[in-house]
Amino acid sequence: MLIYILRRLLVAIPTIALLVIAAFCMMHLAPGGPFTSERPLPPDVLANIEARYGLDQPLWKQLWDYFANIVLHFDFGPSFVYKDRDVNDIIATGFPISLTYGSLAFLAATLVGVALGIAAAIRHNTWVDYFAVSLGIAAQALPNFIMGPILILTFTLWLGWLPGGGWNGGQWQYLIMPVIALSTSYMGSIARITRSSMLEVMNANFIRTARAKGLPQRSIIWRHAMKPTLLPVISYLGPVFVYVLTGSVFVDLYFSTGGLGQAYVNSALTRDYAVLLGVTILYGALTVIVNLLTDLAYAWFDPKIRY
Amino acid sequence: MAFFGTSPKAAALADEITDFTAVRGRSLFRDALNRFLRNKAAMASLLILLLIVCFVIFGPFFSQWSNEEIDWVVMGDVKGMGGPSLETGHYFGVDDLGRDLFARTIQATRTSLLVGLIGAAMALLVGTFWGVVAGYYGGKLDSIMMRFVDILLAIPLTLVLILILVVAGRSFTALFLGLGAVSWLTMSRIVRGQTLALKSREFIEAARATGVSEGTIIWRHILPNLAGVVIVYASLLVPEMILAESFISFLGLGISEPNTSLGRLIAEGAGTMAYGTLWQLLFPLFFYVALIIAMFFVGDGLRDALDPKDR
Repeated sequence: MLIYILRRLLVAIPTIALLVIAAFCMMHLAPGGPFTSERPLPPDVLANIEARYGLDQPLWKQLWDYFANIVLHFDFGPSFVYKDRDVNDIIATGFPISLTYGSLAFLAATLVGVALGIAAAIRHNTWVDYFAVSLGIAAQALPNFIMGPILILTFTLWLGWLPGGGWNGGQWQYLIMPVIALSTSYMGSIARITRSSMLEVMNANFIRTARAKGLPQRSIIWRHAMKPTLLPVISYLGPVFVYVLTGSVFVDLYFSTGGLGQAYVNSALTRDYAVLLGVTILYGALTVIVNLLTDLAYAWFDPKIRY
Repeated sequence: MAFFGTSPKAAALADEITDFTAVRGRSLFRDALNRFLRNKAAMASLLILLLIVCFVIFGPFFSQWSNEEIDWVVMGDVKGMGGPSLETGHYFGVDDLGRDLFARTIQATRTSLLVGLIGAAMALLVGTFWGVVAGYYGGKLDSIMMRFVDILLAIPLTLVLILILVVAGRSFTALFLGLGAVSWLTMSRIVRGQTLALKSREFIEAARATGVSEGTIIWRHILPNLAGVVIVYASLLVPEMILAESFISFLGLGISEPNTSLGRLIAEGAGTMAYGTLWQLLFPLFFYVALIIAMFFVGDGLRDALDPKDR
């Protein structure tokens, strides 16, 4: 097991390094930049600015400095647009917010989805099943940017129960709608995966054996069927995490929560490559780490897997 | 004594044996088609899809306004006079600038359909090529090609799409290229796995033993056997592409004016819903949800019909 973990780690590190290089090169090959405006700057001013941000160095030197700064100091450099902020600062403000509602949405999608799926599978072909399945399908067609307007329309404009946006230090009223909007669609997918997986498991031979032994339904489900049911769900958690990350782009923009997604879109629109690069690398690295963790969880959960 | 085979009885027998129309063997394709036709949800969804396509093709003939024309009469009081009505000729009402929403919805649905189809088609071409080459030739080439895919898969794809649109500028071409660039990865993995399994089968070995060239083996023996999986996955990709494009357009990073897509219209409708012009949100939303749900069901139906494992 330890060797398996080490081997996976060894693969993850060059992946992240290549990610940094690829994103960096792409950004620097792009025509135009944050300092190209409609009224061109005098050449000596432009040269000064470029020297200030190290853009006058050859590309490989810039890449090397960037890389070294990240590895040695965990420093993503200064923002090109905001004179008084660097990328670390922007990440430090936005990321805790994105992480808060993101992890809540992640939990909600997983727990509610699994519960719905199991309820549907246990009461197969009854109204509970039909209800859960139609709910799951409807939820899948409602991604975050559709759920957002619907929620605001219902809870803010019609009922007037919840504030339409803002963060306010993460008070629960401000959290509800972002979390629901982010989790709905993947809750539906998780419910469908859990249901079909559970149905398959309940038909397996070892469950029939457990039945034949006279075990009560409850212990059959919890002790025997649960673990194999959750395997496909676990392998799906990586994509859910990625979705929650990118979904934060929407949530921040629509609910004005002030998380990292807002910084990302703003930097995309103002061509603030430093922030764009920093956030891409952060999200990419997180994705690699989460994929690694889900693989490990899978290996731990599945007795059949060989590592 | 008559010669053998000239008696009427023998002739009838010969007729019956050579009559190939009498009992036809069922091909795999025929089987799959029957399974698909029996799937009620998929057939109903296919009907809805057809209706939406008809709406896109024939809708403009019924529209009294073009998608760019501004109705100055209504524009001053969009909330009061811009609602859906037959008298003004705005069947779906007007948008915030006084443009006819019926025409705009047609335009947006067309864009979204195109995006879905082109994105999936690009994934199909690039992903199949990449996967077949990696899977068939194997060895070092395979591990390099697949490592590359793994690395790209590690980056959240929506972010890559945003990056591409920022770097290459916002245009239709950039959007299609971007969608194609992010959508082929999983396809190539699926195709590679399938190719690896096919490569060691007896009929490929037989082809190789009889001296068939590699190109012909891939073209005539591997690709047709991949078709089922590839079609199923491509059909599931179509709604995903539409979702991705709508998401990007909702953020204001995708398609720009005067072009529009369902995501863009929903964003505009969501922006103005507080002013009581709810139709601006609901009409695009309806088409969007109908399109996505129908696509899901058709994809599911295709998978049930073509993929023998999941039955």
